[in-house]
Amino acid sequence: MIVATLVPLQATILGLVAIGATCVALCRNTLRQIVLSGVYGLTLVILFVVLQAPDVALSMLVVSTVAYPLIVLVAIARSRHGDVEDEGEGE
Amino acid sequence: MSLRLKTRTRRQIRGAVALPVLGALGVLLLWGFSGLPAFGNFHGFYGTLLTKIAVPQRHTTNVVTAVVFDYRGLDTLGEEFILFAAVVGVLLLLRDQGEDEEKAEPPRDAVTSDALRFWGLIGAGGAIAVGLWLVAFGYVTPGGGFQGGVAIASAIVVCYLAGSYRSWLRVSSEEVLDPVEATGAGGFAIVGLAALISGLPFLRNLLGPGEVGTLFSGGSIAFLNWTVALEVAAANVLLYTQFLEQYIAPMVRGRE
Repeated sequence: MIVATLVPLQATILGLVAIGATCVALCRNTLRQIVLSGVYGLTLVILFVVLQAPDVALSMLVVSTVAYPLIVLVAIARSRHGDVEDEGEGE
Repeated sequence: MSLRLKTRTRRQIRGAVALPVLGALGVLLLWGFSGLPAFGNFHGFYGTLLTKIAVPQRHTTNVVTAVVFDYRGLDTLGEEFILFAAVVGVLLLLRDQGEDEEKAEPPRDAVTSDALRFWGLIGAGGAIAVGLWLVAFGYVTPGGGFQGGVAIASAIVVCYLAGSYRSWLRVSSEEVLDPVEATGAGGFAIVGLAALISGLPFLRNLLGPGEVGTLFSGGSIAFLNWTVALEVAAANVLLYTQFLEQYIAPMVRGRE
């Protein structure tokens, strides 16, 4: 059996994760929400590093900041028939 | 007026239905949390045992990789086939339906900023190098086939972000990626079958444990690690290709 106590650094990062998750849930603008979810993923990466799980942190780093936002962004752009890309060009 | 009243009552009905469900879910969650062991109290017998025996038995200093590719190798085989099946499903659903007679000309959307192209290229090269390193040393230091594979695939996405859709098409040819993905998925099973042929149980590590802390450790873990890297990298690039194609298609059609 392994016993460890919560150190202040871990408690701080856990707080950051809670704040990040709330921000993602409360955000109403889809584009901002995707960016926020990427930032929230980064706080989870820090949490995994702090909890000494570097293998999980590495997977989370790529999946939450590149793979997931990309697929969600493209899926939303497609279902809206080009709303997102119009906002981006803005000429 | 009546319409507003209607939406109001509808909202009230929805609230009345949702509240008890949310309340029950909340109680269930609190009940579950109250039964959890305290923070940092790990009672898993299997985990404690594996952290003790993995290095002496398999000579792999990254115990996680030893678990994924050796002690629970069969689970990983299943997971790999789940990813394979998922990608096949996406390819089937998003395939060309034959409605457009000829494939439209890909758009000319090359990034004009030299700075972005330059740093994007350097970034992509760096990320591919890091991905390869994560795969190669996956059983010595943190990393492994999955982590390295997704890193390589996302580095290739930078070719589109900092280059153009045309340059993306050049690196993401399905004729190349499909065999790579299949080799990755099938290779894992073949390493497992190799053990069967030599008279051992399926997926049993049939090579010597090697030297601790070097690339020549872990026996067949190294081979399984590379097959997973191939499968994951190719599967992710194929997924991105399909999704980007869906994104580009309406833009091309709008221009015609």
